[in-house]
Amino acid sequence: MIEIRWHGRGGQGAFTAAKIFGAAAVAEGRYALAFPSFGPERRGAPIQAFTKIDDAIVKDRSEIRNCDYIVIIDETLYSPAFLDALKKGGRIYINTKTPEKYSDSRITVVDADTISMHFLNRPVSNTAMAAVLAADTGIVSSENIEKSLYQYLPEKVAEKNVNVVNHIFEKDVFRRQIADSAIKHQDSRGGK
Amino acid sequence: MGKVKFISGDDAFAEGIRLARPQVVSAYPITPQTIVVERLSDMVEDQSLKSEFIHVESEHSALSCAIGASSVGARAFTATSSQGLLYMAEGLPYAAGGRFPIVMMNANRATALPWNIYGDQRDSVSQLDCGWIQVYVEDAQESLDMALMSYYIAEHPSVRVPVMVNLDGFVLTHTYEAVDIPEAKLADEFLPPYVSDNKMDLENPKNMAFSVGPADNQEFHLLHHKAMLRVADVVNEADTRFQSIFGRSHGGMVEGYRTEDAEYVLITVGSITGLAREVVDELRSQGVRAGVLKLRFLRPFPSQQIAEALVNSIEQGSAEVGSVVQAVGTLEKDISFGYEGTIYTNVNSALIKEDVHVPSYNFIGGLGGRDISKEDIRKCFSHMIGKEKDKIVWIGLGVEDDVR
Repeated sequence: MIEIRWHGRGGQGAFTAAKIFGAAAVAEGRYALAFPSFGPERRGAPIQAFTKIDDAIVKDRSEIRNCDYIVIIDETLYSPAFLDALKKGGRIYINTKTPEKYSDSRITVVDADTISMHFLNRPVSNTAMAAVLAADTGIVSSENIEKSLYQYLPEKVAEKNVNVVNHIFEKDVFRRQIADSAIKHQDSRGGK
Repeated sequence: MGKVKFISGDDAFAEGIRLARPQVVSAYPITPQTIVVERLSDMVEDQSLKSEFIHVESEHSALSCAIGASSVGARAFTATSSQGLLYMAEGLPYAAGGRFPIVMMNANRATALPWNIYGDQRDSVSQLDCGWIQVYVEDAQESLDMALMSYYIAEHPSVRVPVMVNLDGFVLTHTYEAVDIPEAKLADEFLPPYVSDNKMDLENPKNMAFSVGPADNQEFHLLHHKAMLRVADVVNEADTRFQSIFGRSHGGMVEGYRTEDAEYVLITVGSITGLAREVVDELRSQGVRAGVLKLRFLRPFPSQQIAEALVNSIEQGSAEVGSVVQAVGTLEKDISFGYEGTIYTNVNSALIKEDVHVPSYNFIGGLGGRDISKEDIRKCFSHMIGKEKDKIVWIGLGVEDDVR
């Protein structure tokens, strides 16, 4: 089973991304569940959303603790502790303008806000991050991501988001980090 | 096959209600049910559901309105959750005793205090005695299918009792999954229009919803009770009919999983069943004869069906027929304070009545939305296998030592 956890703030569309990804997986003939962290909905509050994908019916409806992929739509929610929540071979995707802050080789960085601003005129990066995950892992195709957009977004908004998806699949916009000097740098400062 | 959509349990239920074509929908929103009545209002607005949508001012009015609609012969729908269901409580036996075949969706949610909007089953379990049929579904597909099937059961001439369809709050209501939405044509073939003489009719005036004194009152309750006892047959009839039209079956009053030769059976209600099946598969691969028995209905209570699922023929060809079950556990999101889980009380009564004598355990968990993990379910089985002394066990506690 592929288990994906999405982190965003209320209003940033983390749950919509989880649904779009799940619907795309179903379109590819697989089984999927998508659900938000349960409870009151509050704009701006940290929320999690979950997508589970498998070749058989997904019976476990509990929240994901060990993740194949963690997608950070809002960088302020990232914690290095997330690395411990990854399964072996798992990856974290971070939407950031300062990729140099992240040095772990399990992290993929992308400046999704700039892409979203360009195509949507708003820094709403849920679609961009779903597309990055799809493009990097190949779990779902760009075509099925695009089809799913029309299921959950108004037609005009979906059209603009299709451009985001195409851009991400066609251009080289995201980068897998290589473990480098950042950790050493931190050590040399003697900080925690 | 209809159209497959990736939607939530709430969405799926609303799709099922659209197919059932109620003439009146009375609605008051409450989390986590709200999406159901929102979708229905959209459907009425775009005229894909030709229905009178009445936005009332409270749950008490929502049910009263449904009773009124049913009393003039309309097919009626309403939905609620938790405190809303409790606020309706006065109307529940009115609807049932008046034999108005309303269908109501209830999003299972904790009851206050402490205030909590997450899922458990204390709301509907507290209303087992109100005279309604109660069904509990496991996933979004069963939600849609039971929305449709519930009208067939409720309106059946030998039943005529309202049905409450329960969906676990959030875990079902807010979880998206692939759902097959049948064609309207097939739904119409499955569910004929509601025809009843239990209605106010100018051509055919009659006394309805009357007072009955001590001389006859008890007989009315017996009639109602007998109708409930016929539900099991009607559920089977509905499921067979459903399968022949849609090619899908959800079974009868209970659904066993690997119970045929099971030594340890966990009884479940609602959405936790899937995870319990997964644990059973895991235990089977380790040589433990485990099984799960899902109770689909809590009223009428399937006592005979439970006994049948637990009592198995041990050896083929042997004249000896008996129980191989070593222990039974009832996992429920409910507690009747000062006693035990109410489903467990019902299960134990069934076991005694049906002469099934096995150790019976109660696992209480998931209250106020607490996650029930795979590990919790493994512990339920190991508790049964270990023949532990404690019969009533609270699972998944975080601060056990602090609770005094």
